[in-house]
Amino acid sequence: MEIISYLIYLIASILFIFGIKKLGSPKTARQGNFLSSLGMFLAVVITLFDQRVLTFEYILIGIIIGSAVGAVMALKVPMTGMPQMVGLLNGFGGGASALVAFAEYYHIMNTAGTFDVATGVTLVLSVLIGAVTFTGSFIAFGKLQGFITGKVVKYPLQNPINILLLLMVLAAGVIVVLEPANDSNLLGIAGVSLILGVLLVLPIGGADMPVAVSLLNSYSGLAASMTGFVLQNNMLIIAGALVGASGIILTLIMCRGMNRSLMNVVLGGWEDAGSGGAGSGDGPQGDVKSVDAEELAMILDSAQNVVIVPGYGMAVAQAQHAVRDLTNILEKKNINVRFAIHPVAGRMPGHMNVLLAEAQVSYDKLFALEDINDDFPNVDVALIIGANDVVNPAARHDQSSPIYGMPILNVDYAKTVVINKRSMNVGYAGIQNELFFYPNALMFFGSAKEAVNKLVNEIKEL
Amino acid sequence: MEIHELIMLIYVFALAIFVGFELITKVPPTLHTPLMSGSNAISGITIVGALLSAGLEEFGISTVLGLIALIFATINVVGGYLVTDRMLKMFKKK
Repeated sequence: MEIISYLIYLIASILFIFGIKKLGSPKTARQGNFLSSLGMFLAVVITLFDQRVLTFEYILIGIIIGSAVGAVMALKVPMTGMPQMVGLLNGFGGGASALVAFAEYYHIMNTAGTFDVATGVTLVLSVLIGAVTFTGSFIAFGKLQGFITGKVVKYPLQNPINILLLLMVLAAGVIVVLEPANDSNLLGIAGVSLILGVLLVLPIGGADMPVAVSLLNSYSGLAASMTGFVLQNNMLIIAGALVGASGIILTLIMCRGMNRSLMNVVLGGWEDAGSGGAGSGDGPQGDVKSVDAEELAMILDSAQNVVIVPGYGMAVAQAQHAVRDLTNILEKKNINVRFAIHPVAGRMPGHMNVLLAEAQVSYDKLFALEDINDDFPNVDVALIIGANDVVNPAARHDQSSPIYGMPILNVDYAKTVVINKRSMNVGYAGIQNELFFYPNALMFFGSAKEAVNKLVNEIKEL
Repeated sequence: MEIHELIMLIYVFALAIFVGFELITKVPPTLHTPLMSGSNAISGITIVGALLSAGLEEFGISTVLGLIALIFATINVVGGYLVTDRMLKMFKKK
């Protein structure tokens, strides 16, 4: 039986790998997710035959409650709430890993009575990473949901405190290994790690959440891997490592999208933005030209090439369906409409793509920054909906700007740039956008959903 | 755990990280959100550890911790796969 279960675990590991491989294309992605879930199902079923598993009441209770909660969450969550959802799921995964490590600790103490160094180290790491992921993810969830301020939260002695807490965990970890019988050390590690999770995510600002969520995703994978070390189960190690790698890659892509180091993001974002002379009052000034829906309808009507640049503002206003209507009506007039997606648009990697997919915008109209940026000089109208910093040309030339060096969408090279915004307020980086004052720029004021709907009606009436 | 057993586990871990890097760099940005939720569901693999503890013969602290871990991990797994499927269903080319 043991041999069979090892082989099934191997098959499950292969299914996870194939599943992720098939996520490489939208055509096969759904099948990939199915293969991966099949792997999980096989792993669960064969585990029920493990010689350790003798009572099934609690298993049944746990699976029923967990499935019900998970299913309701998955089916109810709106697509705009996806970052929060992933944040929450990360948290549950991390929490489960820490709890399993504890359960295993008590089980080992009850049966063998002691453990060796290697087991001790993996137990400690499992509790540390799992607990940090647990509270960190819930803080990320709170920030994304608006329960906790999305602003950068600074507290005194931020780094010394965190380093001190980490050292406390490591010191307690050594004691756990030397003195396994006393469970208070491991409990202490859990407590400190839970606090550490809160303190690490609290300083991260709302627009930096793509990085935080990706990083926590990576942690949840590493936590699973550590549990695999504790249980000496290769499948857990492989599955966890895949997720760990995935989270790290996404984290690095997000950081590159902002031209910032991981350290800079983790330690609390654009801190110089307010004080560095680039505050909201300063920066480029002058006259902005605004345009109303009727005029804009005429401008679009005479265009051939239109590129829409969506940002977090589109998600907040739930304007994706209105944007889809706009796309459809323009296409009926034989106008070529494409979307330019900045890597950090929204609150998680790929956020805009999911919203537009929900609104049934064909995915082959969505272009990544590097695939569309050279084409902006040929674009008649670039329409920016709810994005700001990612289209600020200052990033290209103004060395004093906090976003200097960040890759931006070159919308200013288009013949006309139309910016839909509610007001002249600054973006996340806290700086005014010089684009608004460019001669080819037009401001289209209004909340994204209403403004775009009005625009669609005006185009219909032409 | 013997040291050579630990070394073998580290081998598996290191190689799996490389496989992960190779696979995930090929996922296009359009699918990054489903990749995240889908890989997140995979990290719910700790469900295996939770089952082992929740199913112990004698009821005790390990069973209780295992039960809570099982609920958490099942939410992670079921929620993760379902929400990923819900998203991927929407990705269409006209």
